[in-house]
Amino acid sequence: MTTVRQYFWRLVALLIFAAGLWATVIRFTRGLGAATSLSDANPWGLWIGFDILCGVGLAAGGFTITAAVYILHLERFRPIARPAVLTAFLGYLLVVFALMYDLGRPYNIWRAIVFWNPRSVMFEVAWCVMLYTTVLALEFSPMLWERLGWTRLAAVLRRVSIPLVGLGVILSTLHQSSLGSLYLIVPTKLYPLWYSPLLPVFFFLSSIAAGMAIVIFESGLSARAFGKALEFDILQRLARGMSVVLALYLLLRAQDLLWRGAWTSLVAPRPETWLFWLEIALFAVPMALCFSPRTRSNPRAVFGCSILTVAGFLANRLNVSVTGLEASSGVHYFPSWMEISVTLAIVALGLVLFRLAVRHLAVWSPPAPCAH
Amino acid sequence: MRALLLDFTKCIGCGACVEACRTENRITAPPEFTVLQKVSAGGQDVNYRRMCMHCLEPTCESVCPVGALRKTAQGPVVYDASLCLGCRYCLQACPFNVPRYEWSSLNPRVRKCNFCAGRLGRGLPNACAEACPTGATLAGEREELLQIARERLAAEPGKYVPRIYGEREAGGTSVLVLSPIPFEQTGLPVNLSEDALPMLTFRVLRRIPHIATFGGALLTGLWWITNRRHEVSKEEAK
Repeated sequence: MTTVRQYFWRLVALLIFAAGLWATVIRFTRGLGAATSLSDANPWGLWIGFDILCGVGLAAGGFTITAAVYILHLERFRPIARPAVLTAFLGYLLVVFALMYDLGRPYNIWRAIVFWNPRSVMFEVAWCVMLYTTVLALEFSPMLWERLGWTRLAAVLRRVSIPLVGLGVILSTLHQSSLGSLYLIVPTKLYPLWYSPLLPVFFFLSSIAAGMAIVIFESGLSARAFGKALEFDILQRLARGMSVVLALYLLLRAQDLLWRGAWTSLVAPRPETWLFWLEIALFAVPMALCFSPRTRSNPRAVFGCSILTVAGFLANRLNVSVTGLEASSGVHYFPSWMEISVTLAIVALGLVLFRLAVRHLAVWSPPAPCAH
Repeated sequence: MRALLLDFTKCIGCGACVEACRTENRITAPPEFTVLQKVSAGGQDVNYRRMCMHCLEPTCESVCPVGALRKTAQGPVVYDASLCLGCRYCLQACPFNVPRYEWSSLNPRVRKCNFCAGRLGRGLPNACAEACPTGATLAGEREELLQIARERLAAEPGKYVPRIYGEREAGGTSVLVLSPIPFEQTGLPVNLSEDALPMLTFRVLRRIPHIATFGGALLTGLWWITNRRHEVSKEEAK
């Protein structure tokens, strides 16, 4: 039975990688126009909306959990510090990888280091990606050095772990919020249910909730796949934290709609209205459920709530970056099969790398307490 | 600062401007820098054209991470393809939806009117203005052209929509437009505020140094307090 299932998933993975590879060849031999449904009216699509915006957001577990453990000394979260850092590191690597597909001239990327425009949000985004990926590599690397037996190098990194985590928290705060700031420049294009001067704050808060959700989700998956899971009381506390962050986030968004007078759009008979309510429901249901201690004591319910939160987060990012801009662009955008298969291949690559890391590195064992 | 005045009531749709633009910029295939179009409104045919508006405070210049787009002192907003990463934030951000992209190229460039920056440097007028047989496109200093536009509006108020498009839109532009029909029918957005857009993002960006220093201090403080509590509880446990 299990072998049939294993073969099935191997076949699925093989098909996804084959399609992704084919799409890659087309993208880099015939250009963005041949590979994507992008156009002058809709210059950003799935690769920005999902691969970049969602990828970075889902990596937020890295800075949230490391801040809790290393800065706030919430020792009970120490066992999830490593999986969280690994997820964030792989997430950022894949974001950079995906960026190479989306940039029209990826070979020019180094120019962002040399030519500066500090008035551009994209400049901030570029620097945050570069610096935080470096920080994550350093935070992740002790798992590798331990495996290789280079204990001295691991010890050196452990000694600087606290300033490194602090730097990571600041860079993440800037990076998560800057992805929202990107859209501050399109006040007449982004639909009023999503355009807000508070976009950077919304992006930051929702990334924290999504980061916590993805750690819960991962633990649930690992329990099934590797028989390794976290102690349930950690997940319960994480679910409670997620619920508090979501409540704050939803309150702020409701208040923002009132301030801007955009609440009239809440009942407009338009597709945006439905997508907005879907997004809000996906956030509100896990928020409400995880407030109740009874739900939190049920592992299946906590796992389900983490899936809902991640889904709400994905809906929000795609609404801001794709649906919310469609009406003003005047064109309908739906990703091409090549955009979809590259995205699927990147997600699959992430899962494969995670699996490899879990198999070969000491991911689920807590890092030694750092020497102060 | 140099500017252009487009008066759609004077345009006969001959296409001389488009031809001159193609020759000047060696354009053999789309995307073109200016597009001539015709619309029937109120029983009359109106010819109009779209081109880069050359904002006084260009949104594209502010969003470009590497500074590939920049406004020169003379007025043109110019693009340097050699710096471009191809992030297409300029296409996304332009309030007038002007920049076009070479989607089928493996070395794609952003394409948009450069206001004949090279000709201006040699003291020549813009190619399109020079080619226009009716004066529908007029080149000059921005203040002069605004004066001419005001005079035209005052002399024949029934002929025009009573507004000089580009005088204030998005902080003002170097291309000014007069039209006999509502501007939205000529493809120009009418929902823009008079404030230049770059401030919307710069308001947030200029806080980065404060977020970094305040954040660093806050994190250090939190670490110190929780660390002390941690040590104390360890001592007490002994």
